[in-house]
Amino acid sequence: MELRKISDNIWEIPKQGEMKVPAVIYSSARLLDDIRRDKTLTQARNVACLPGIERMSYVMPDAHQGYGFPIGGVAAFDLDAGIISPGGVGYDINCGVRLLKTDYTETDVAGKRKELLAEIFKEVPAGVGKGGVTKLSRGVLKEILVKGAEWAVENGYGRKEDLERTEEYGRMKDADADAISDRAMERGLPQLGTLGSGNHFLEIQKVHEVYDEVAARAFGIRGAGQVLVMIHCGSRGFGHQVATDYIESMENAFGVKDLPDRELVHAPFKSVQGQQYYRSMCAAVNYAFANRQMIAHWVREVFARVLGSSEGMDQVYDVCHNVAKVETHEAGGRSRRLVVHRKGATRSFGPGRPEIPECYRSVGQPVIIPGSMGTSSFILAGTWEAEGLSFGSTAHGAGRVMSRHEAVRRFRGERIRDDLARKGIELRSTSWKGVAEEAPEAYKDVDEVVRVSHEVGLGRLVAKVVPIGVMKG
Amino acid sequence: MERYRILPHTADGKFQAFGRTLEEAFGNAALALSSFMWDWSKVEPRVRHFVHVKGIDREQLLVKFLGETIYLFETKQFLLARVDGLRIRPEFEGFSLEALLGGDTISDRYALFGDVKAVTYHELKIEECGGFTVQVVVDM
Repeated sequence: MELRKISDNIWEIPKQGEMKVPAVIYSSARLLDDIRRDKTLTQARNVACLPGIERMSYVMPDAHQGYGFPIGGVAAFDLDAGIISPGGVGYDINCGVRLLKTDYTETDVAGKRKELLAEIFKEVPAGVGKGGVTKLSRGVLKEILVKGAEWAVENGYGRKEDLERTEEYGRMKDADADAISDRAMERGLPQLGTLGSGNHFLEIQKVHEVYDEVAARAFGIRGAGQVLVMIHCGSRGFGHQVATDYIESMENAFGVKDLPDRELVHAPFKSVQGQQYYRSMCAAVNYAFANRQMIAHWVREVFARVLGSSEGMDQVYDVCHNVAKVETHEAGGRSRRLVVHRKGATRSFGPGRPEIPECYRSVGQPVIIPGSMGTSSFILAGTWEAEGLSFGSTAHGAGRVMSRHEAVRRFRGERIRDDLARKGIELRSTSWKGVAEEAPEAYKDVDEVVRVSHEVGLGRLVAKVVPIGVMKG
Repeated sequence: MERYRILPHTADGKFQAFGRTLEEAFGNAALALSSFMWDWSKVEPRVRHFVHVKGIDREQLLVKFLGETIYLFETKQFLLARVDGLRIRPEFEGFSLEALLGGDTISDRYALFGDVKAVTYHELKIEECGGFTVQVVVDM
């Protein structure tokens, strides 16, 4: 596809054919080589054809081909003339990342690293087909769907302060538990408080380097060697079923004939199907917030037991990677309410935005970008420019470049464990095949992804962190 | 006849399943999907589940039928081993499908090695050329 180069890191697909707006790709020439290899650009162009789209169809530096929308796609729609699409959010609704800081340094935990990881592995249910330890009734699940992380805190999982350091304060207020199918309820009941499998992980990390002292201090990041904990998971089978249910409901209501790709099925935002999906998606977002809240609580318990205290383990932030939200942005020369879809993208709100908590309002929100298993991850700060560039969004991770099948053919899980051990990284997993699938070589270079994000102004680099212990589902 | 073939896909799982009839291809697709999560050929068929789904077209019918396998796995700990008596009927609007799924409940005897989140329409194809071929991409 023909791309117009705007600058070293910005490319454009000019408006053509059915496109209502142009598409813009934030990428270096090197990352663009990967992006061009699959259907990412065609998908970005398809998104630009959807009714009511505003400004541009945006593509983040870590983008790769998704279902309907590309992963790493951001698009916003007018509330009246626009649409909402399950394909613009993804199947794993509110797949996201939570970061906890500690007051421990690498030296403090050196002798206890193995034990910490082994205990976390025991406490946090993970892996294929693994249910949670919490037996829920339907009534309680409905309460969780409405209250999100708030429910978890009220029930003894974590601290009240965690809530303000969670996107949406841990609760999407438009959630409606009555719009949820029985199937989604059934899939959700046994899985709350589980990490899952696939690319989901829990890491004990240390700060490798700080680039922005002021923002780092605001986030509670003191300097190299400080120990952190990162939790990456989502809404489990509950969210997958919500997506599946509403793709079907929209197909049945609006048909599929005019779609360039069936995964792009959508409904007018204010239609019955659009509102039901939106409210159900909010419920799935809340499920994922509660899920990460519970896991974070168990991690703190393990630290308290093994190291004597979990007192300094404050939450840095919890961010969504797959979500649609109603937000205020500039479009068409005025400030408007739009439904912003971020699929494999992180909100990156800069200083002053009322959505971010007081403690971060002068530096911008923390943006957490996990790398692939066993490599580095990054903490960025949201920027004011990102609002104009991407509706306040940036990348969400590394993005795959190799199929799971190919990774399993090329790598052995046990070998990866030994390689990581030589680098001082402990690994525990429920499946060696799962480890092979997530081999670091199967992913893009996350360093390059965050460099582009920083240079373009989508998110400002604050710190680089590296793992010392990895738990994979 | 080859039941199915796993194809390379960057982020997720992709396969083609084959059959002399559409029914046979659908049944083999359920086995292909299961093969991402467990070795269906080693599962003893001790438990049975009857499934009945409707779709506005054959594509939706296939997506919903395969979704049953994930649903039964997550909520009933059911590991599919075989598909019997699969029948597809045209309806007033679209199609309906019924089948008897045979398999066993999760236990230490069976290794689980992957999670399938959802069945997608991405590159989904149902083709007739002598026999039937269905192509499916699943989100993992």
